[in-house]
Amino acid sequence: MKARLQKILGYVIATVAVLLVWAALSLLIGNPALPLPTVALLQLYHKLPDMLPHLAVSLWRVLLAMSIGTLCGSIAGLIIGRTGRLDLIAAPLLYVLYPIPKIVFVPVLLVLLGLGSAPAIVLIATVIFFQTLVTARDAAKSLSPDLVLSVRSLGASRIDIARHVVVPATLPNIFTALRISTGTAIAVLFITESIAGNTGIGFYVVNAWGRIDYPTMFAGIIAMAMMGVALYEVINFVERRLVRWKD
Amino acid sequence: MTVSQHQHKVSSDCAALKLRAVGLTYRSAQKETRALDGFSLEVACGEPIAIIGPSGCGKTSLLNLIAGLRAPTTGEVIVRGQTVTKPRQQTSLILQDYGLLPWKTVLDNAALGLVVQKVSRSAARAQAQEALRTVGIEDFAAAYPGELSGGMRQRLALARAMALQTDLMLMDEPLSALDALTREELQNVLLDLWQNAAYAQVLVTHSVEEAVLLGKRIVLMTPRPGKVRAIIDNPAMGSRAYRQSATFHQQCTLLRQLLLESASDTDAPDDKAEESVQK
Repeated sequence: MKARLQKILGYVIATVAVLLVWAALSLLIGNPALPLPTVALLQLYHKLPDMLPHLAVSLWRVLLAMSIGTLCGSIAGLIIGRTGRLDLIAAPLLYVLYPIPKIVFVPVLLVLLGLGSAPAIVLIATVIFFQTLVTARDAAKSLSPDLVLSVRSLGASRIDIARHVVVPATLPNIFTALRISTGTAIAVLFITESIAGNTGIGFYVVNAWGRIDYPTMFAGIIAMAMMGVALYEVINFVERRLVRWKD
Repeated sequence: MTVSQHQHKVSSDCAALKLRAVGLTYRSAQKETRALDGFSLEVACGEPIAIIGPSGCGKTSLLNLIAGLRAPTTGEVIVRGQTVTKPRQQTSLILQDYGLLPWKTVLDNAALGLVVQKVSRSAARAQAQEALRTVGIEDFAAAYPGELSGGMRQRLALARAMALQTDLMLMDEPLSALDALTREELQNVLLDLWQNAAYAQVLVTHSVEEAVLLGKRIVLMTPRPGKVRAIIDNPAMGSRAYRQSATFHQQCTLLRQLLLESASDTDAPDDKAEESVQK
């Protein structure tokens, strides 16, 4: 209970700090392109009913995409990391593909998958896939051989080793990767939504920008930040359930 | 061999373990390393053996072979009449770092061997709980290994083996990470466990006292490639009081002397060349 209060207090302090800096900057610059946070917050209050469907679509896209990407990336990473011969082939391939900014495939995906949710989901899933893949592979490779030997001596099969040793050992690393890639996921979401289609919070922000409606634009940005916080908290919640032993 | 009061535990017509001229060679791209060469030994059911020898004499490899984690290059490993080809349910291997899983509770760690062997979850837990009681850590069943002291982790590793009703206990310097007092305490635990459960034991150790306290026979190994250099009978072992006896100290002195001799034999300058054959 105390920990939860501390967390809420932390969020409050962080929010106030951000708003204060924002207000100071806004006053200093004195340009309508950076309205006061009070103006943006008021606008958020007024526009929330309009905004909610867009937010819901975006949240759904990013959650689904991150789940698919993490699941596939972890499984592939663990298998590659624990299979020496496969790793010989997969590792170079991985290092060729990993640094390519996946965002360059937006035009291709738009042509192939249309303007709906599919391009955003595929793109985000791909970005997350590579990040968790690399993390899971490295974590699986660095597993203590003695630990594996000990459990094998109990008569454990490969499946048992995966279930009792490899997966739980690498889970904390996978969650770290997931947390790091949340920012990237939202950035990719914004870019795909702003380039094509007429749904999602990314579209909403860019649309307001096109109308030179800066207060609405910033209201959308605040909503996006809140979506990010929600995502982090979902990840933390799942991690607490699955990685109890680290507390 | 003198007949001791504990002789009844060691049945000569039942062999827990037979090693027949076992050899093991590691091959890598650059060189091959002979870890073991013509290692032969027989351990009777319920007999506790201690193995001592210089670092890198292949003691760990030997345990891995007996546990079925590795196949010998030459020779044969037979446990209870069966040639070992894969890990066997009632053979327990305890390594230096205990092999505990930090993400499982003490109880689930103790039950792991049973769970892996498809024993039902409730039965596994009941058996594991019993094993925890045997080693005296039943109050910590819900804790995680990270919360335990070194001595308690060692007890947990023993409990995991006991839960499987082990009849062959293999230990690789199990107490080397413990402080002197805890180490002595755990030596007593090992002694008690062996007396109650009557498993055959192969204990690899660096400590002369530990070997004399816990080995009815003490096997002295040569440097790599490891083989049996000498076997010392130590029939008086089997009680905690042995530690204070004159025989104990004589045996320790004898063993220490043999170790020193074998060390001076191998201080030859071409020591390294003997160990690995350049390809």
